[in-house]
Amino acid sequence: MSGYQGKKNIPRITSDRLLIKGGKIVNDDQSFCADIYMEDGVIKQIGENLIVPGGVKTIDAHGSMLMPGGIDVHTRFQMPDRGMVSADDFYQGTKAALAGGTTMIIDHVVPEPGVSLISAFEQWREWADSKSCCDYSLHVDISEWHKGIQEDMETLVKDHGVNSFLVYLAYKDVFQLTDAQVYEVFSVIRDLGAIAQVHAENGDIIAEEQHKILEQGITGPEGHVLSRPEEVEAEAVNRSVTVANQTNCPLYVTKVMSKSAADVIAQARKKGTVVYGEPITASLGTDGSHYWSKNWAKAAAYVTSPPLSPDPTTPDYLNSLLSCGDLQVTGSAHCPFNTAQRAVGKDDFSLIPEGVNGTEERMSIIWDKCVVTGKMDENQFVAVTSTNASKIFNMYPRKGRIAVGSDADLVLWDPDVTKIISAKSHNSTVEYNIFEGTEVRGGPLVVISQGKIVLEEGNLHTTEGSGRYVARKPFPDYVYKRIKARSRLAELRGVPRGLYDGPVCEVSVTPKTMTPASSAKTSPAKQPNQPVRNLHQSGFSLSGAQADDNIPRRSTQRIVAPPGGRANITSLG
Amino acid sequence: MSYQGKKNIPKITSDRLLIKGGRIVNDDQSFNADIYMEDGIIKQIGDNLIVPGGVKTIETGGKMVIPGGIDIHTHFQMPYRGTTTVDDFAQGSKAALAGGTTMIVDHVIPDPGCSLMAAYDLWRQWADGTTCCDYSLHVDITHWNDSVKQEVDNLIKEKGVNSFQVYMAYKDYYQMSNSELYEIFSFLAERGGIAEVHAENGEIIAEEQARMLQMGITGPEGHVLSRPEELEAEAVFRAITIASQTNCPLYVTRVMSKSAADIISQARKKGNVVFGEPITASLGTDGTHYWSKNWAKAASFVTSPPLSPDPTTPDYLNTLLSSGDLSVTGSAHCTFSVAQKAIGKDDFTQIPEGVNGVEERMTVIWDKAVTTGKMDENMFVAVTSTNAAKILNLYPRKGRIAVGSDADLVVWDTDSIRTITAKTHNSAAEYNVFEGMELRGGPHVVICQGKIVLEDGNLHIISGAGRFIPCSPFPDFAYKRIKARKQLAVLRAVPRGMYDGPVSEFSMSRGGTPSASARTSPTKQPSRNLHQSGFSLAGPPTPDDIPIRPAGRRIVVPPGGRSNITSLS
Repeated sequence: MSGYQGKKNIPRITSDRLLIKGGKIVNDDQSFCADIYMEDGVIKQIGENLIVPGGVKTIDAHGSMLMPGGIDVHTRFQMPDRGMVSADDFYQGTKAALAGGTTMIIDHVVPEPGVSLISAFEQWREWADSKSCCDYSLHVDISEWHKGIQEDMETLVKDHGVNSFLVYLAYKDVFQLTDAQVYEVFSVIRDLGAIAQVHAENGDIIAEEQHKILEQGITGPEGHVLSRPEEVEAEAVNRSVTVANQTNCPLYVTKVMSKSAADVIAQARKKGTVVYGEPITASLGTDGSHYWSKNWAKAAAYVTSPPLSPDPTTPDYLNSLLSCGDLQVTGSAHCPFNTAQRAVGKDDFSLIPEGVNGTEERMSIIWDKCVVTGKMDENQFVAVTSTNASKIFNMYPRKGRIAVGSDADLVLWDPDVTKIISAKSHNSTVEYNIFEGTEVRGGPLVVISQGKIVLEEGNLHTTEGSGRYVARKPFPDYVYKRIKARSRLAELRGVPRGLYDGPVCEVSVTPKTMTPASSAKTSPAKQPNQPVRNLHQSGFSLSGAQADDNIPRRSTQRIVAPPGGRANITSLG
Repeated sequence: MSYQGKKNIPKITSDRLLIKGGRIVNDDQSFNADIYMEDGIIKQIGDNLIVPGGVKTIETGGKMVIPGGIDIHTHFQMPYRGTTTVDDFAQGSKAALAGGTTMIVDHVIPDPGCSLMAAYDLWRQWADGTTCCDYSLHVDITHWNDSVKQEVDNLIKEKGVNSFQVYMAYKDYYQMSNSELYEIFSFLAERGGIAEVHAENGEIIAEEQARMLQMGITGPEGHVLSRPEELEAEAVFRAITIASQTNCPLYVTRVMSKSAADIISQARKKGNVVFGEPITASLGTDGTHYWSKNWAKAASFVTSPPLSPDPTTPDYLNTLLSSGDLSVTGSAHCTFSVAQKAIGKDDFTQIPEGVNGVEERMTVIWDKAVTTGKMDENMFVAVTSTNAAKILNLYPRKGRIAVGSDADLVVWDTDSIRTITAKTHNSAAEYNVFEGMELRGGPHVVICQGKIVLEDGNLHIISGAGRFIPCSPFPDFAYKRIKARKQLAVLRAVPRGMYDGPVSEFSMSRGGTPSASARTSPTKQPSRNLHQSGFSLAGPPTPDDIPIRPAGRRIVVPPGGRSNITSLS
C-alpha cells in the first residue's frame, strides 16, 4: 500500500473500525446520547465508555445529531428513454445521494413492454453493481400484463429479493394498464406478499388533454402541466385505492404531487385502507409555477409526471401531511435529463423526457421545510426519510435504525448549517437544478456508508461499485399484519336457501349484463389479445361459455332446504 | 251521455277547474290562494277569482297544493332479453299518478350498435299511445362513434332530448372507456346537453362477479357482494373528474350509497356542476334484504348500483337531499315479475335488474324527510319536482304553480297514513320493495293536464293522454355557470424565444405521444398489442419534421433577444 493518501482514498484501517463519540443518536422513536462503535460495516456497540480496540478512528460528534442514513425510495438512475439515458448514472446518482446524507437508494427497473421482467432486472443489477456507491435495492415496474409477467413476478419475489412492483395508470398505449388488469396485478401482488406501487394519473384523460392543448398551439412546457391537472392525479389515486381495497392489497402511491391527491390518501387512511403516500423532494420543495418560465430550458427542467402543482401552497401542505403521518415516506424520483435531451420536445411538450433532480437535496429540503418550521421533530424526520421506508420494504431494522446489529449507515447531521442549492455546486450532471437559489438549513456533516466515511469536511470519498444489492423479503410486517388479519375476516358466505321452484321466464335474446364467466379473469395470459370492441357485432351468442353451465358450483354450494320446507320459497311476503 | 263511470270524467269538469282554499307550495314559498285552470293551463291564482259559472270546484280545506311530481328516471316497458318489464307505459304512468307524480322521464336504451334515433322512435311509439301523464325521454348512449355523435346532435336539435346517459358499468356491453366518456362529455358540453352517468366500475365488478361465482355464491346476496359501494363511489369520482375536465354538467343517476353521495357533495363544495339523483329505493329501504331466505323476495331488490347493506344509508341520503347536496329524485322504476327474475335463479348475474318506486316516491320522501323535520315542504317540492324541471329546461312550465304553467297539481294530505303492500299497489309486480312500510303523507287529489285523475282514492286515468314534452338544450340551471367558466378557461401559451441549443438524438418513441395515439376518431379505440411495443418512428414526427413555426402559434422573440434562451439562470 502506498503512503499517499488522496482525498478519494481512505486507508482501510480507518474505515473498517469507527467510533463516534458524544453524538445524540436520533431514531424514529427517541433520541439519546451515546457513543457508537462499528466494525465491518455493522454497528457493534452503542453506549457510554465503550471498550474498543486501540487506534480506532474516532469522530467527535459532540453536539451533533447522529441519525440513520437516508433511504431514497424512488430513484431512476440511468433510466433509458427512447434511446437516451437519464443524465445521472448509478455512479453519479449515488454519489449525489451520499452527498446529501442518503446512504441507500431504491431504483425502478422499467422493462420495455415485451421484455421479460427478469432480464430487465438483471440488466439493472449489472448497471448498479458496477457503479453504485451505496447500498441499493430495486422496484420492478409492470409495464404490461400477461401470464409470463406473473411468473416473472413470482420468481423475482422468491429468488431475487424484490417485494415491490409499480403499475402505471398513465402513459396510454405504452405502460398503462386497464382497471381489470390492475385488479389482477394487485391480486397477484397480495398473494406474493409484495407492495403494489402505483403511478397515479388518468392516462386516458391526459391523452385527450394533450391533444386538445397541442391543437390550441400550446407546445411549451406549460402544456405539460395544463394537460395533467391535479384532478387527474387525484382521480387515479382514488381509483387505485378502490382497487386495492377490493383486492385487500397494500398500496403505495409514488410521487404524490398535489394537495388533492394527498387528500385522497389521507381520507383513505382514515377509512382504514392500507395505503402509503410518497411525496418527492420536488413536490415538497418547489412548485409548478416555473413551467411558465420564459427560459424554455429552465421550464423544461421541471417536467415530470405527475407534474409539480402550479398552486404555490402545495409544498407547505404536503410537508404538513408528511409531518402528521398522513404521508409516510419520501423519495426523490431523481431522473434528470440534460437540456439537449429535454430539447427533444422543444416543439411538443409531450415529447420532453420526464424527471427532475432531488436525491441530493431530499434530506435538507425536508429538514428545512418541516423541522426548522416546527412541523415535525427530528424523530419524525428520521421516520419519513429513512425508517418508514425500511419498514414498508422489509429492511428494518437492518436499515433505518441505529441499533446494535444494524448496518453502519449513519449521518452526522448539522441542524445549523445553511447552504444555497445551485447547479454550479451540485453533484448531478445536469445544467439545471430545480431548487436553484433555495437556501436550506440543515445538512450532513459526516456521512458513513457501510461503516466507511464517505463525506467529511465537505469532501466526498466514494467508491464506484461498492454498493451492495439489498434483497428484500415479502410480507413485511409493517404492512401485512393488517392485510393478513383482513383476509381472515373477509370470507364471504352464500345464503342457505331452498331451491327456487317457481316459474322461470323464457329467455330468447342474450344476457344484458355480460356474464363474467366468459369475459373476466380467465388468466392474465389472455389479456394480450384484448379484443377491439366491435360495435357492429354486439349480439352475444348463447353458444359460448355462458351463464351457469360451466361453473362447477354444485359441489361447493351451501344451499340447503330451509326448516319450513320448500313450499314457502316463492310465496309472497 | 248520462252515464258517469268512475273512469269517465265528463268533459265539463275536467277542462275548467277551481281549487279553493288551498295553501300553494312552490319551491321558494308557500301562500294561501285559489287556483283556476282551463285547458290544462293555470289561468289565475289569487283570492276571489272571477271564474265562469258551474265550474267544478275542489274544496281543499287548507290542504297543501303542490306542483305535481316529476319522476326523472323510469324504465317502463323496458326490453330485456326478449321480455319487457311488467309495467308498461300505461301501467307505470298509472302508478305514477296514483302516487302524485304527473310527469315521468323514461330512458331510451338502444342496443349497442343500433341507431339511437330508431330506438327513440320506438320508445315514442310505445309511450305516445299509452302513457297517462306527460313524459319526456332521456337517451342512453351505449356505443360511441361518429354516426352516434350525429344522432345525438339531431336528438338535441330536433327531437327534444337534452339528457344522455352513459354507462361506466356493464363491461363489454354498455360500458364506455374513459376516453369515450371524455369525448361524449366534450360533445354534450358543446351542444348544451346534460351528461348522465350510471356510475359503477364495471371492470372491477366483472372480476368480483367471477370471484363470487367461483366461491359458490350464486344467490342475490352475490349481487351486492360483487358491487360494493366503493365501486360506485370510485366511478362517481372518475365521472366528476372527466366532467370537470370537459366543463360538462354532470348528473349522477341512482345514488345508492353514502360514499357515492359524499363524493357528490364534496365535488359540489369544490364548485363542480354535478347533480345527484337518489331513488325511492335508496331513500326508503336498504340492502339487508339481499340476504332474505326467500329467494324471490331477495331477487326483487336486485338493482344496480345495489341497495347498500348499511341500514343507515336511507337516513343519510335523505339528509343530503334535504341539505341540497343531492338535487333530484327519481324512482328508476323497472319492475320484473318473479318468473323474470328467476332467469337468474342459479346465477345472480343473470337476474334482471330493477326495483319499483314510481308510486311510492313522493310519499317515501315526505315520510322520511318532511315529517322527520329534515326538510320543509318547499324543499320537498324542489327535490320531487322543481329541480327536475329546471335540469330538463321545462321550468316554469313544469315544477311550479304559476299562471301559465301546466295544470299538473297535487292536493297533498300531510296526515294520511297508508301501508305499502304489493296487494294494493298499482304496479304489476308481485313484490314491492317497501312492503309493510307505514308512511305518512300522500296525494289527496291529483290533477294532470287540468283533469282530475285521483280523487277520493279513485283513479280516473286516460291511457294515451300523456304528451311528449320536448326538452331544449342549455338549461340555465346548469349552463349559466358552464358558460361563464368556458369564457374563463381559455389557455394561453407562454411566449418564448426559440430553443436553439443542442438537441439529443433519440430513437424509440415512448411515453405516449398523443400525436400518434390519441383521438384519431371516436370509432378508433386501438387495442393494446403487447407484442408490438416497439413504436416506429413513422408515427410521431421527429422534431425535424415539425414545421418550426406553425401559423397561429404565439411564440415571439423575447425582449432580451434570443441568446439568453439556453443560458443558465
